[in-house]
Amino acid sequence: MNTLEVRNLTVSIEGETILKNFSLTIPKGEVHALMGPNGTGKSTLAKVMAGHEDYTVESGEVLLEGVNVLGKEPDEIAHAGLFLAFQYPLEIPGVSIANFIRAARAARLPEGEAINAVEFYKELYEKMDALKMDRKFTARSLNEGFSGGEKKRCEILQMSMLEPRLCVMDETDSGLDIDALKIVSDGVNLMRGPDRSFLVITHYQRLLDYIVPDVVHVMYDGQIIRSGDAELAKELESKGYDWIKEAHEAATAGV
Amino acid sequence: MTPTLETPMESLKANEPAWLAQRRAAGLEQFKSLPMPTARDEAWRFASVGKLEIDDYNPAEAPAEATLDALSERSNLVTERAGRMVYVDDVPADFECIHHELTEKGVIYLPIAEAIEQHPELLERYFLKESTELGSKKFFGLHAASAKAGSLLYVPRGVEIDAPFVNYYWTSGSRSAVFPHTLIIAEENTKVSVVDVLFSETDQNEALNVSVSNIHAGPNAHVFRKVVQDWNHRTVSFQLDTTVAERDAQVKNVAVNIGASRARYESQTRIDGPGADVKMYSLTVAEENQEFDQRTHQTHNAPNSVSDLLYKNALLSNARTIFSGLIQVAEGAQGTDAYQTNRNLLLDPTAEANALPGLEILANDVRCSHGATTGNVDEAELFYMMQRGIPRRVALQLMVFGFFEEVIDKIDSDELADNLRKLIHRKFDSRLKSF
Repeated sequence: MNTLEVRNLTVSIEGETILKNFSLTIPKGEVHALMGPNGTGKSTLAKVMAGHEDYTVESGEVLLEGVNVLGKEPDEIAHAGLFLAFQYPLEIPGVSIANFIRAARAARLPEGEAINAVEFYKELYEKMDALKMDRKFTARSLNEGFSGGEKKRCEILQMSMLEPRLCVMDETDSGLDIDALKIVSDGVNLMRGPDRSFLVITHYQRLLDYIVPDVVHVMYDGQIIRSGDAELAKELESKGYDWIKEAHEAATAGV
Repeated sequence: MTPTLETPMESLKANEPAWLAQRRAAGLEQFKSLPMPTARDEAWRFASVGKLEIDDYNPAEAPAEATLDALSERSNLVTERAGRMVYVDDVPADFECIHHELTEKGVIYLPIAEAIEQHPELLERYFLKESTELGSKKFFGLHAASAKAGSLLYVPRGVEIDAPFVNYYWTSGSRSAVFPHTLIIAEENTKVSVVDVLFSETDQNEALNVSVSNIHAGPNAHVFRKVVQDWNHRTVSFQLDTTVAERDAQVKNVAVNIGASRARYESQTRIDGPGADVKMYSLTVAEENQEFDQRTHQTHNAPNSVSDLLYKNALLSNARTIFSGLIQVAEGAQGTDAYQTNRNLLLDPTAEANALPGLEILANDVRCSHGATTGNVDEAELFYMMQRGIPRRVALQLMVFGFFEEVIDKIDSDELADNLRKLIHRKFDSRLKSF
């Protein structure tokens, strides 16, 4: 079964259509990159899949392991296996990283079951070490006063602690220097496996040098206009988005 | 007005010294002669004065022995302590004497009635001397006329005590009126902390509270007072607190406000000595028709002193809060640093938070700031938390706890902080289920 199937999804916000009959399939275990210029609907797709209520779904389906998640609450979609690494992670004052992740884990347990604190911290510390995060961070308020790189590492930490089946990463590379980019990519690569799929949304090809995708999609004006292998990303990098925009416009004009 | 509240009890009159009898009589006169507050009074702006009724309360009758024992048993917010006093309806229920080492150093920790007998000169100097300037003079008068329960804590020069003194004031009877008094006198170079706890025996017993606390912090005295107010929802409460800080004194006040149907909290700080530093922190959980009415003064009469106020309120359905704060800097108080912050978190559209921050500055070399913010739950934060699989109700709870953590953080005692988290948790758990 495919991990993700987006079928003919049309989405608008305040009367403006953002996603236009958008379709995308990610088979189990694959990493897909979604590239495209700003304002083409990449982040909208991520938020709609995660259950954000600001958007109006005009038509279509989002199937997560065969089950339509549209209309479900964000926490239900998370339980169904989707994790969204935010482009701009929110700061939550007074809520420590450890307590936050614990609450997220506890919400996944059957009623009456509790988290084993010792094992939890052991696992948390191991994963923080791998992401080169200071263990002192566990007691700090979530994302509050973090640098851009710290926030993104914290997203990957949460992702690895919650073990989703579909990881949607929205511009995770933005605001990262090259060292942080490598650390974050290493963290992601460690999570790759036959049972987990990734949708890596990015504007730049740079991230894809480290997280090598199985498939690259180019999005423009609410649709995927071209798909290919990792080479497509490199081609985009050298030729720029205008090349593909023009090709697309020429093709559609000819219809 | 019922005559029972206006007539000082015979037992109070009987053996009291003349100065006290005079103060009581003056207080009663003040209570009788001053009018009830009205909505037109600036000091009562936004308060539902129409709902302020103090009729039909009686000076509390003595509770049964079993009640005294049971409530003493429940007086357990703080285990590591230097001393403990428990009152039920203003009747002494339990008194843990202080360690003789402290007595030998000259520390006095006594029920107020015994203190009047044993240390009349000290009490004459301090007891019922600091009234309120924040609007409740009338009720202070009632307190002066009636106060018999409370604690005196006197710390002589140079004595430092780490563990806190804990005073529990319970209500138990039907429509009882209580008048707890906490008097803290810290002489030069001392360190001391006090926790006052205001609790009701059940969810049902109606009560009127008019409590007063006075802190006198001598030169370089370090005083830390926390007050936990968790009355039941059938209590009308006035807390009239003052702090007087002398040279280089450091005073920290933390107020935790959870209970009562109407809770008026007046907290005034007067800095009389240079170099003093006074902190005023408060957190309030307001729900269902509760009204929390907070009035504060930060008065700087001496140069180079600091005051810092942070009041945070979280409001659920139909709750109201009023924060009115004034920073006053006297003419000669150059080099003053005074800050005032009020933050209100509205968790329901029916909740109402009022803020009246104010400054009155007569010196020209000062740093003062005041700010009040009122905001709803941040939907973006909520979405972020829910995306991690956290249900809406739990996410809200985490956010509210996070909101309060800034104040809880100041408590400086893990045990008390945890106990306070539990009290807040309990209040929220039932309410947040409806979200």
